Amino acid sequence: MGVYTEIAKNGFWKQNVILAQVLGLCPLLAVSTTLVNAVSLGLATIVVMALANLAISALRAFIPYEIRIPVFILIIAALVTVVDMAFNAMLHDLYLVLGIFIPLIVTNCIVLARVEAFAAKNSVGASTWDGIMMGVGFVWVIGLLGAGREFIAQGTIFSGIEMIIPGIQGIQVLPESYPGFLIAILPPGAFFLLGLLIALRNWTEARANERAKARLRQQIPSAA
Amino acid sequence: MSELEQKPAAEPAVELDISAPLIAAPKEDSVLRVSARTATILLVFTVVFTALMAGTYTATKPLLDASALAEKLRAIDEVLPRSAYDNDLLADYVQLTPAKALGNDDVTRLYRARKDGKPVALVLEAVAPDGYAGRISLILAATPDGRLLAQRVTGHRETPGLGDYIDPKKDKNKARPWITQFNDKLLAEVTPAKWRVKKDGGVFDQMSGATISARAVTNASGRALAWVAERGEKLFALPSGETLGE
Repeated sequence: MGVYTEIAKNGFWKQNVILAQVLGLCPLLAVSTTLVNAVSLGLATIVVMALANLAISALRAFIPYEIRIPVFILIIAALVTVVDMAFNAMLHDLYLVLGIFIPLIVTNCIVLARVEAFAAKNSVGASTWDGIMMGVGFVWVIGLLGAGREFIAQGTIFSGIEMIIPGIQGIQVLPESYPGFLIAILPPGAFFLLGLLIALRNWTEARANERAKARLRQQIPSAA
Repeated sequence: MSELEQKPAAEPAVELDISAPLIAAPKEDSVLRVSARTATILLVFTVVFTALMAGTYTATKPLLDASALAEKLRAIDEVLPRSAYDNDLLADYVQLTPAKALGNDDVTRLYRARKDGKPVALVLEAVAPDGYAGRISLILAATPDGRLLAQRVTGHRETPGLGDYIDPKKDKNKARPWITQFNDKLLAEVTPAKWRVKKDGGVFDQMSGATISARAVTNASGRALAWVAERGEKLFALPSGETLGE
């Protein structure tokens, strides 16, 4: 298996930042109130993670080990600020919607974790790819969480999409008479749903392990 | 697992190329010299990345200023159509120091719309300090006698799906959003005592279960209108750029 394939697999599932590493809960719980919000923050996170991993893997030869953490934080904060300003200037309408989320990325320890665990030790190409794939892993989980919370709380999906793509409306899945379920949109609802997702992941992993063990026993009966 | 290193804690310091020479440094490389070198490197990084941010800021500043202005005009357009006035609205203003009646903590500007030189309306900002989740910012267009032409919420943190109907973009009633019931209401006609939500004995609707947001907006606009009506035409007479205290 190629290095890049393995990085992709790790980011997407095996070492998924949320499901396996359970990192970055602050933005995860705060922003996953609707699908659109969640995916928006996720996409901005991908950009920052790719840039941070790129910058730090390129500069890693110049960063003394003892002061690596302050330097990493400095670089990440500077990059987030630059992305924030560039976003505001160039895509202003989108910024009005996503703008509040971008500074939040600094609080996301996923970025620092990947920089420390991966970009500080690997090549520029592999590190950038790792940033992107870890970001993708973040996006699909936060997106699922956002969609679930939005659906349970309001019975809609894609609400607020008109702020990003004008002319498209969110879909009312449940009838208008659906009374709503407020707790799903409040922080406790996020914890419940996240807990379920992590449990589901652990269950599938455990089943896969069981199957692998069973196969091993068949191949080498004496080993059992 | 491949040759990639994944676990942060498990990997010792020596993995980084740069740390190796430091650890294996000859005796004469005193602690002082190492610290000085490390501090210099940190300083260089700080300077370089601050310069990067400063450069981006300078490069994007003109664009940001233009969008901030456009945004301000867009907010004003929501409460006062461009056809209603013909002066340079943003250049015709009075500075307001923080006033309790308006709830502002900062100096804000009161814009004065005129048509053919005659006063048309005042555009001002107000803050409701008592929303369900903190402050609710409002922009209002009013005539000097205390008639509210229209108002919009420009910033709030009310509960999504519950109290956020005060913002017409989030209001489920698209045909007649909640906030539009304030259009063209004269404070003296409604009377200040009735400028409340129905639950408080007033004339304005609220959504059941989310009265606090509606009450905050209603009361804040009532206070702002009373403030305007009290000063009346005087606000139009002040020279542009003048500062008005409470």
